Formats: sequence, C-alpha cells, structure tokens
Amino acid sequence: MELLARFAAGDLEAFETLFRQHQCDVFRWIMRIVRNAATAEDLTVEAFWRLYRAHARFDPVAGNFSAWLRRIATNVAIDHLRRSRIEVPLPDDLPALASLHPGEQMEMRGQILRALGKLSPGLRSVVLLALVEEEPYAEIAQSLGISENAVRVRVFRGVRILRKELSRMGAHP
Amino acid sequence: MNERENADVKKLLKDALNPARDAELRRDLWPAMLQRLDERPIPVPWWDWALLACAIALFCIFPGTIPALLYHL
Repeated sequence: MELLARFAAGDLEAFETLFRQHQCDVFRWIMRIVRNAATAEDLTVEAFWRLYRAHARFDPVAGNFSAWLRRIATNVAIDHLRRSRIEVPLPDDLPALASLHPGEQMEMRGQILRALGKLSPGLRSVVLLALVEEEPYAEIAQSLGISENAVRVRVFRGVRILRKELSRMGAHP
Repeated sequence: MNERENADVKKLLKDALNPARDAELRRDLWPAMLQRLDERPIPVPWWDWALLACAIALFCIFPGTIPALLYHL
C-alpha cells in the first residue's frame, strides 16, 4: 500500500515517515513567519498534529500532500501571531544599516519592527514572506489558499500601512 | 502598484530583519510529536452534558428566556 494511502487510513508508521520527510521544510516555512526557532519547533509539532487529526479527509489519489501540509503550517503560524503579543525579535547578526550611527540604527530598526507590528497577522505574514523572504507570489498564494492577485493586494496594503506608520514615527522610507 | 514604493520598504525591512530561509532545525521533533499524540483530551464530566441538555430543553420550552439571558450576560 502506498505511503499516502496508508497515512489517510490512519497508519502511524506512515505518518512517522511523512513527518521525518517533511519536518525540516515545515519548520523553515513557519520560521519565516514567526521568526523564532523555539516557537517554530512547537508550531511544527502543532501543524503535524492537526494534519494527523485530519488524515481521513486527505485524498491519497487526487490530493497534493505537500500543498495541504504547507497550508496547515501557514494557518498554525498565523493563528500563533493572532494569539501572541505583537513582537518581532531582533536577530543578533543583523547587517549594519549604511550611513547610520549604531544608536540611530537601533532606533530605525525599532521603528521598522513597531510598524511591522501594526499589521494584522494575515498582512504581516504576507509582507514577511514576500518582501523579506522573497518567496514567489504563487507559493504564498498556495500556502494561504488565495489567488496571486490577492497576495499582490495584501502586499500593496501592507506596504501602504508600513509607510504610513513609519512616516508617523518620523522615519521616512 | 508603485514598485519604487515597494522597493523602499523592502530595503528597510531587509535591513531590519535577516531572511530566515536558512534556519535549520536543531533537533528531531518526532519524540515531541509522539508525546503530543499520547496526550488525551480532557474529558467533559457527565454533569456538564446534563446541564447543557437542561439549558437547551429550557430554551425550547420557554424561548422567551433567551433574550432575558442575553440581556443579563
């Protein structure tokens, strides 16, 4: 019996095989949205938990397993952003902002992160994936279950809000 | 869409946040997954179900209690 068919039938060994095949990809994808390794690990387990609970709904013949898993992972990450305080941690190895003193760099980064925090979780995830991670719009669209045009609109709206917030803070992009 | 507007904000974001695409998983998550699978859902006590059934029966017999309840909530 094929692996996906066994998974759809509720076989735990098939699930383990799929888990081991896909855990790194799911972790990396969630990491791009939540930007914290420990949280991304927990959410990876949560995504696979939701996947396992829904195994009977998966069609092993017509279904696209990777796309389905990616969509669950995206939903888990966005749910987390909704629940948690708006916070985007600063990594340690940031590139230096050209022509700015260290104090000004920190202030500028703080302003950018605060502006990012003003976006709704749905918009923030699209902006991060499209502009920071440079994921193709088609891939973002598939992961959210929306059209590429809808992704373009969300990026546009996100950029508008970010510009407005940064202008309000006195930082002009 | 104004591409220049987009590019300005993109540059600012990339200066403030490093892409996370190269992040590596530091450990195998299967043991955590197994632990999660073994967790049993918290059972709902039978009296909670009985209370819910009584409330539904009350609302069916006396529908006028629904707005009164909503008012007091």
